[in-house]
Amino acid sequence: MNGISINMVMILAAILFILGIAGVIIRKNIIFMLLSVEIMLNASGLAFIAAGAKWAQPDGQIMFIFILAMAAAEVSVGLALILQVYHQHQSLDIDKLKEMRG
Amino acid sequence: MTIAFYITAFIAILSTLLVITRYNPVHALLYLVVSLLSLAMIFYLLGAAFAALLEVIIYAGAIMVLFIFVIMLLNLGKETAEQEKKWLKPKVWFGPAVLSLVLLVELGYLLSIPDQNLYTPDQAVEPKIVAIALFQPYLIGVELAAMLLMAGVVGAAHIGQHKKVVLHRFLQEKGSV
Repeated sequence: MNGISINMVMILAAILFILGIAGVIIRKNIIFMLLSVEIMLNASGLAFIAAGAKWAQPDGQIMFIFILAMAAAEVSVGLALILQVYHQHQSLDIDKLKEMRG
Repeated sequence: MTIAFYITAFIAILSTLLVITRYNPVHALLYLVVSLLSLAMIFYLLGAAFAALLEVIIYAGAIMVLFIFVIMLLNLGKETAEQEKKWLKPKVWFGPAVLSLVLLVELGYLLSIPDQNLYTPDQAVEPKIVAIALFQPYLIGVELAAMLLMAGVVGAAHIGQHKKVVLHRFLQEKGSV
């Protein structure tokens, strides 16, 4: 593949994944944590596509399509949960939600 | 070609870094859209044009709009008008606009190269091959994804409905106090 080495793409995917993990860890707002999960899903999709391009096989793109469908389902349920949590507790701060007894 | 990849990778890392450091959710969403667009650019450079299209249409188009809807729903307060005024300040959209302008220039340059073989990889995976593989060996995966989406829709509709009465006794106690 002319010019772009697979190592560079994999390093980029790893950096994006680490940024997503850092976002999940450092943020206290549920919406930002969900955004960071999206970043991580994207990074793994990038790794799949890079591998598929490296070996010239369609499996990488197929896995990306599955990741896309999974992300759509996850986001719809996650956002519904966020709305419900906000209506019950008037807050999205996980430090306030940790005393939730259920 | 390679320099295009490095510029796009830099934009992706920069915008992702800005996503996880913003305080306002809408600013973070704007930068996340730029990050998704740059990832789509990288997919295009890797020869996966169909995946790039899906990334732009579904991720940056549909999923981000869901996020924006929810943030708007949660912000329905008295200070909505002031917030609208604040969001429209140039400082807010200047950063994402510059980053996506760089991406646009790059895409225009790549599309204007007369020799298309210059930038597509030698063995680009065509959408036709992807579709054939998707609906023959991976057919069970497609059906499972359909079931997952169905479950997601039903779950979101069930969780999202508002219940006036809190059924759990502990929560009811806490609510009444």
